[in-house]
Amino acid sequence: MQKPLKHFLGIADLDAAEIRKLLQIAKAFAPVVKKGENIPLLQGRTIVNLFFEASTRTRASFELATRTLAASAMSLSIPDSSVKKGETLIDTAKNIEAMKPHCLVVRHASAGSPLFLSKFVSVPVVNAGDGFHEHPTQALLDALTIEEKLGSIEKKRVVIVGDIAHSRVARSNIYLLRKMGASVAVCGPPTLLPPSPEVLGVDYAYRPEKLLKDADVVMALRIQLERQNKMQIPSVAEYSKFWGINKERVKLLKPGAIILHPGPINRGVEIDTEVADGKHSVILDQVSNGVLVRMAVLASVCAPEKTQEWLKSRGVNV
Amino acid sequence: MSSWLIRGGRIIDPSQKWDSEGDLLIENGKISAIDKPGKIPASKAEKTFDAKGAWILPGLIDVHVHLREPGLEYKETIQTGTRAAIAGGFTSVACMANTSPVNDTPYITALIRDKAKATASCRVFPIGAVSKGLQGQELAEIGGMVAEGAVAISDDGMPVMNSYLMRKAMDYAKTFGVAVISHAEDANLVGQGAMNESALSNELGLRGNPAAAEEIMVAREIALCRLTKTPIHIAHISTMVALQHVMRAKEDGLPVTAEVSPHHLTLTEEAVRGYDTNYKMAPPLRQERDVEALKKALAEGYVDVIATDHAPHGITDKAVEFDQAINGIIGLQTAVPLSLKLVHDGVVSRTRWLESLTTGPAKLLNLPYGTLKVGAPADITVLDPNHEWTFTADQVLSKSANSPFLGWKLKGSTVATWVGGRLAYQGGEVLHI
Repeated sequence: MQKPLKHFLGIADLDAAEIRKLLQIAKAFAPVVKKGENIPLLQGRTIVNLFFEASTRTRASFELATRTLAASAMSLSIPDSSVKKGETLIDTAKNIEAMKPHCLVVRHASAGSPLFLSKFVSVPVVNAGDGFHEHPTQALLDALTIEEKLGSIEKKRVVIVGDIAHSRVARSNIYLLRKMGASVAVCGPPTLLPPSPEVLGVDYAYRPEKLLKDADVVMALRIQLERQNKMQIPSVAEYSKFWGINKERVKLLKPGAIILHPGPINRGVEIDTEVADGKHSVILDQVSNGVLVRMAVLASVCAPEKTQEWLKSRGVNV
Repeated sequence: MSSWLIRGGRIIDPSQKWDSEGDLLIENGKISAIDKPGKIPASKAEKTFDAKGAWILPGLIDVHVHLREPGLEYKETIQTGTRAAIAGGFTSVACMANTSPVNDTPYITALIRDKAKATASCRVFPIGAVSKGLQGQELAEIGGMVAEGAVAISDDGMPVMNSYLMRKAMDYAKTFGVAVISHAEDANLVGQGAMNESALSNELGLRGNPAAAEEIMVAREIALCRLTKTPIHIAHISTMVALQHVMRAKEDGLPVTAEVSPHHLTLTEEAVRGYDTNYKMAPPLRQERDVEALKKALAEGYVDVIATDHAPHGITDKAVEFDQAINGIIGLQTAVPLSLKLVHDGVVSRTRWLESLTTGPAKLLNLPYGTLKVGAPADITVLDPNHEWTFTADQVLSKSANSPFLGWKLKGSTVATWVGGRLAYQGGEVLHI
């Protein structure tokens, strides 16, 4: 049996067996959750969502996962409270910790802040996205979706299109997919690719056409429309023209290929409406799977033994 | 389209290291044969052109002109500018984006391309803007412009001062395989400078534009080239130290190229003494040591391209106080004799001179021209290298006559040019459009 995870900070810290186990737990939860039942592994616990950066679906997904595990969820949006008053990250976290929660789920705009926090608090820290660094539960839910649709991740070709340089989703996915035996390519305007993409173990192209025909999985990443990005992309129209996943580009795909998007979607920018709602799209499956993998993560870090027992009682051997 | 046999001249083509007497056959708009004198039977062609005593060259390419259309037609149009080009021996020109509106969208690029198709006497290749409105704030639609025919990007006379934007432009340009051209001057340091900063600017009471303004930007562009690996082309380099930066970068193997203008090879700041605004340009005329360094760098191949920076301006733009006048001079009809003087003087080899007007520009813009190889489009310039003439206002085919070389005795002139196999200029007459 593996050593239980103390924190859940990033895919980079996990090995393939640990990833596989989390996916198996999520899969074991699925039939129960589908029936609308709870799995009360965290009864009486409190999970605090510390969101220093705005989020809709990730926070909702963690809250739902928390409740489905019968724990109570407390969500704090920090941008509009303490930080504005000049409180440091450590002080905020220590104050929250003094309220005796059992786990901190942290989203922060600065890379490395969940790791930083984990050194100052005694409860498990779960990374819900840190800067451009990692979004590990997103990578897990994407992995669960790929396994569900394609059977396995091994030997699959995954093409990630969009703003790779500023994407925690891309980094976590690259780490996970490679550990699970997939080959990964990234694609986007060079202004949005990291310097030396090859150091991440991926190959890359500036234009999607040459990559799409071999893809089993295409991930379109959200293009941010903020003003600062106009030094990186001339216009939404030009991005869409050269990099958008549209009907024409989808024609290059193999019949069974699937298209993922971490949301929220900019229809007509990185993905066209016909594609987002089309037969290759598995975007809504990703959202459902998000709750399952977050349950698996919370259960594993907060109550590893209880989770193990539950799995055993259901005949799941992990 | 007629077939032509051009014979009796000296064929010089650096792209295939050809430099000897020979005959050349044009069929169906392409060069179909090139051979020793008399080897191609006259019966092969409908028409024969006698190039005795002349040089038969690949059509010259100018990577840096301002055609002013759309929007500034009082200075120049695509039609008038390309008439000057073809008379000057140029069969291809690349036009800068500072039109009105600026060529920063695919629509304007297409407009220029289509207007050229309808009215131009030579090939016209639009250069797209780096930033929207040349404002240096946001990237222009580079991909879309390239799709409509843009061959490079540049904000030219409005240097991109934001290094982050320049870096991103160089990154972005990689996708579309186009070079970035930099008018390398630090706009803040240039300030209101009206001539080269020196003892002379002090004496003349004109605000100076120091060589450092150019040298800083050339060094920055090289640093960004090192970072992004995107080719960077330094337009109209003019100082000795800027050249040293380029030479060092080339020795490091970086994809840095540079162009020099005929006026920077010909004139020094001394010309400004009379406050004639036809000696006002950006970068400004420099000093003797700079001019000598430019000649040497051209001879040694550190400067890749001769380009005119043909910048037509109306009388109202130029017939004003020196410090109020707009920068720039026309150059298409004088580029050949001014630069050829370096060959006549034995300063630059004939091959180096011609490379900088043919293969150098073609490589920069990735064009299939600038060569007389069999199968290539028949863009040909026939020059009389020894013809002596005086450049006068009535010969100016540009809409503007802002040249400091009016009244100059020049040596070397265009005898005839063909564009795509069509005779476009002969005996002082523009024949095609």
